[in-house]
Amino acid sequence: MQKYSVFSLIKNAFSNHQNWEVAWKDPTPKSEYDVVIIGGGGHGLATAYYLAKEHNIRNVAIIEKGWIGGGNVGRNTTIIRSNFMYDANARFNEFGMDLWRNLSQELNFNVMFSPRGIINLAHSDAQMNAYARRGNSMRLNGIDAKLLDRDGVKKLIPMADFSDEVRFPIFGGLMQPSAGTARHDAVAWGYARQADDMGVDIIQHCEVTGFDVVNGKIKGIRTSRGDIKAKKVGLCVAGSTNILAEKLNMTLPIETHVLQACVSEPVKPLLDGVVTFGAGHFYISQSDKGEMVMGGDLDGYNSYAQRGNLPTIQHVLTGGLALFPFLSRLKMLRTWGGIMDMSMDGSPIIDKTHIEGLYLNCGWCYGGFKSTPVSGWTFAHTIAQDQVHELNSELRLNRFSTGHLLDEKGLGTKTWIG
Amino acid sequence: MLYIKCPYCGLRAQKEFSYGGDATVKRPNINEEVPSEDWDNFVYMRKSPRGKHIELWQHIAGCRQWIKVQRDTATHEIFQTAKVTEEIR
Repeated sequence: MQKYSVFSLIKNAFSNHQNWEVAWKDPTPKSEYDVVIIGGGGHGLATAYYLAKEHNIRNVAIIEKGWIGGGNVGRNTTIIRSNFMYDANARFNEFGMDLWRNLSQELNFNVMFSPRGIINLAHSDAQMNAYARRGNSMRLNGIDAKLLDRDGVKKLIPMADFSDEVRFPIFGGLMQPSAGTARHDAVAWGYARQADDMGVDIIQHCEVTGFDVVNGKIKGIRTSRGDIKAKKVGLCVAGSTNILAEKLNMTLPIETHVLQACVSEPVKPLLDGVVTFGAGHFYISQSDKGEMVMGGDLDGYNSYAQRGNLPTIQHVLTGGLALFPFLSRLKMLRTWGGIMDMSMDGSPIIDKTHIEGLYLNCGWCYGGFKSTPVSGWTFAHTIAQDQVHELNSELRLNRFSTGHLLDEKGLGTKTWIG
Repeated sequence: MLYIKCPYCGLRAQKEFSYGGDATVKRPNINEEVPSEDWDNFVYMRKSPRGKHIELWQHIAGCRQWIKVQRDTATHEIFQTAKVTEEIR
């Protein structure tokens, strides 16, 4: 594989950039694989990459209905963080932060990981206490957390509304300085390029139509491009999890909902990190191009439409305007929606299933992008070793029946208000 | 914006309603011995189909009644609405 560097850039400039190698091939599916990963998003591509790299399993196919990176990995708001209170979520995502820090070098692809910090704002004494508790829990797990008072927040985001008239005054906030953002598409492309180089077949425009299960054991899958035999099959399909589960006669603790995001026109550098509003559901960051990237609530009812509804965007931006009045002067460039696999406790599921050789990776709710590397890493381990890794030992499917929920926000099973 | 026909008030904008989830999940009978699997199914397990979905909504800014709505989860087309005591087929 051609290495990307400043020298290869200069070299290819002499031939008008006409002679770059393709980043990944477009193979015809073989009749049999050791492992088939369904879903060519960030998590699926990362899983295939770590299967090849960490476990030397290279007879692997990724089956993608559309094109790689066309789902949620191309639709998210690129936030990366590990500011969780529960040990299982904190350890899992902090391991992921370590993978992020080295990802550009590892993939030889600039994922533009930028640890610019995240601030969760608090608007009451009670919220400050809750954040102090969460921050302490984070620090016990070795994650950097800083409790900011009102002046501390004001130094970092002076453009927020600090006047006396506001309905929800800023009391302070919890900051994770090592959190940040990355270029989402580059993550998908970087993993795809390396996985392809190690022998993984990336098969696009191939829809899974059924599964071949004999005596409780997976034998292969049926697709729009023919049957494919497989010793092991991993599901990494986010919002389409319920659709495939139905084909397997499985019912899961997952509901599918649409989440919207939007960007404004680009403006000069203004906002350094990621900021979340604590009195409503709104978060914002500024992209390297200068656009304000914003998101918030789900649309609030089960949906498979990869587009959203205006009342939700209006509601989210009302919260945004309360925090940052300057937003009223910006034009909106575009809005879009992605379908989320909302789990019943807000935490993901990476586990084996009751079908031998079938593995499940789902329930990412709002935050699948930040966990892309660690999700792929642990899912690859689970598939290769046929057992969960210590990192995902609490992210199992049976936690709902045993009562070991990871309900980070304490919201219960109303997934649409999460 | 969805427009939902409340069986009590007529056609109203979605903003007047609050969502209540899958209307086909049945609570186990409280006076009988209930296997824990049934509780799991009731509390956590959801079909979440792509297509026709029967769901609960509350007309929170109107008559405050709970109603049933049959809606397509991909196109948002609403086929039928009914009182919560009525069946949707």
